[in-house]
Amino acid sequence: MKRLLPLFAMFLLLGSARAATPLPGDSVYNLPVQLTDQDGRRQTLAERRGRPQLVTMFYTSCQMVCPMIIDSLRLTRNALDPATRARIDLLAVSFDPAKDDVATLKSYAQKRKLDPRIWTLARAEPAQVRQLSGVLGLQYRQLPDGEFNHSSELILLDADGRIAARTTRIGKLDPEFVEAIRKVVAQPQS
Amino acid sequence: MNATRTALRAWIAAMLILCSVGARAPAEVRSEVPSSELTPVLTPAPGQTKVHVDAFRLDPRPVTNSQFLQFVRNQPQWRRDRVARLVADEGYLSHWAAADALGPNAQPNQPVTRVSWFAAQAYCESEQARLPSWYEWEYAAAADATRRDARADPAWRESILGWYSRPSSKALPDIGGAPNAYGVRDLNNLVWEWVDDFNALMVASDSREQGDPDLLKFCGAGAISLQEKENYAVLMRIAMLSALKAADTTNNMGFRCAKPE
Repeated sequence: MKRLLPLFAMFLLLGSARAATPLPGDSVYNLPVQLTDQDGRRQTLAERRGRPQLVTMFYTSCQMVCPMIIDSLRLTRNALDPATRARIDLLAVSFDPAKDDVATLKSYAQKRKLDPRIWTLARAEPAQVRQLSGVLGLQYRQLPDGEFNHSSELILLDADGRIAARTTRIGKLDPEFVEAIRKVVAQPQS
Repeated sequence: MNATRTALRAWIAAMLILCSVGARAPAEVRSEVPSSELTPVLTPAPGQTKVHVDAFRLDPRPVTNSQFLQFVRNQPQWRRDRVARLVADEGYLSHWAAADALGPNAQPNQPVTRVSWFAAQAYCESEQARLPSWYEWEYAAAADATRRDARADPAWRESILGWYSRPSSKALPDIGGAPNAYGVRDLNNLVWEWVDDFNALMVASDSREQGDPDLLKFCGAGAISLQEKENYAVLMRIAMLSALKAADTTNNMGFRCAKPE
């Protein structure tokens, strides 16, 4: 038993050296979330590590603020210089996995002309949606008529999935948020 | 190397088996709460006052320190020295003597506190259960010893409010208060409790003015309002829950688990 312990420690060290640099403890990529995008591709949230992300949550049947959330994401991206723009991805995860299946996400993306090379619209299982909203600090509740109340925010994740900035300004550009994106993208990769 | 690994796996497996045997008391039977219509304090939707709650089972007591210690031993990723900061803040289990020992500030039969929503969720999952929803909790907590809905009784309201004046620095009592009409204990007068949809209880009181930029913060939330305004005790619970983040821990926030019927 005593002789096994150093071996066990070595095993742990070898294991961690083989993996990539460990995730920071406050990275949202510590949360196991299985996403399925508008093309039916499955990806874990953590697989998005490596590039900064602009993240939001929405649902496609939303008539009120959600179209403006998508507009705000687009507006924010367009405000970036081309070099910065090329180094970030956009991710919008649905509050409403029951209605937002792959086909619904796909037709929404087409209707709103959201280029799949830039935009990922995704769904996850309900329990994981609640957990994701928890780590992102977003609130939502489903109403009896199927609509949702929810907080509307854009969130910037750095390349390791740490929340670097957020804005509640929806419908018009938030210059401070744009500046925060520039700074995060300009950071040397860890 | 392969032989070493096999030996290691066997050793780890043996440790896991050793850890999970014994110590664990037989799980207490969850109390049955029949389905009903609830008039919640927070209106479910504009013009709607009632909400249907399906029958469910609820832990008769909050989860204790000793139960949570067992969980942490079985699932060491939830030890305070191993947990990811993302899912539990610095205060997580900080009143325990060590990562795997309770000590003088955490008695075995006291409700476990300083646990995050994520940790509470993981515990319930390990019991093949889940956290109760807010409506389930509110519904079960509306009962007194004999009535299923005692909320209209001023004396009952007073007795609950009394708990809120208890200083939070005082040591928590053990679990095991008097049972309510469903046989559930300690709902209103021991600790605050996490619910599954704690971040669904949005009170948009910051959007009162026309043209307020915060109006867009909550999509359609202007429509949500409070009824049963005289039910301060429950309103305070809602205010507390809606102010917390999922990784937050406090010295009087605990939880219990539920299961669908």
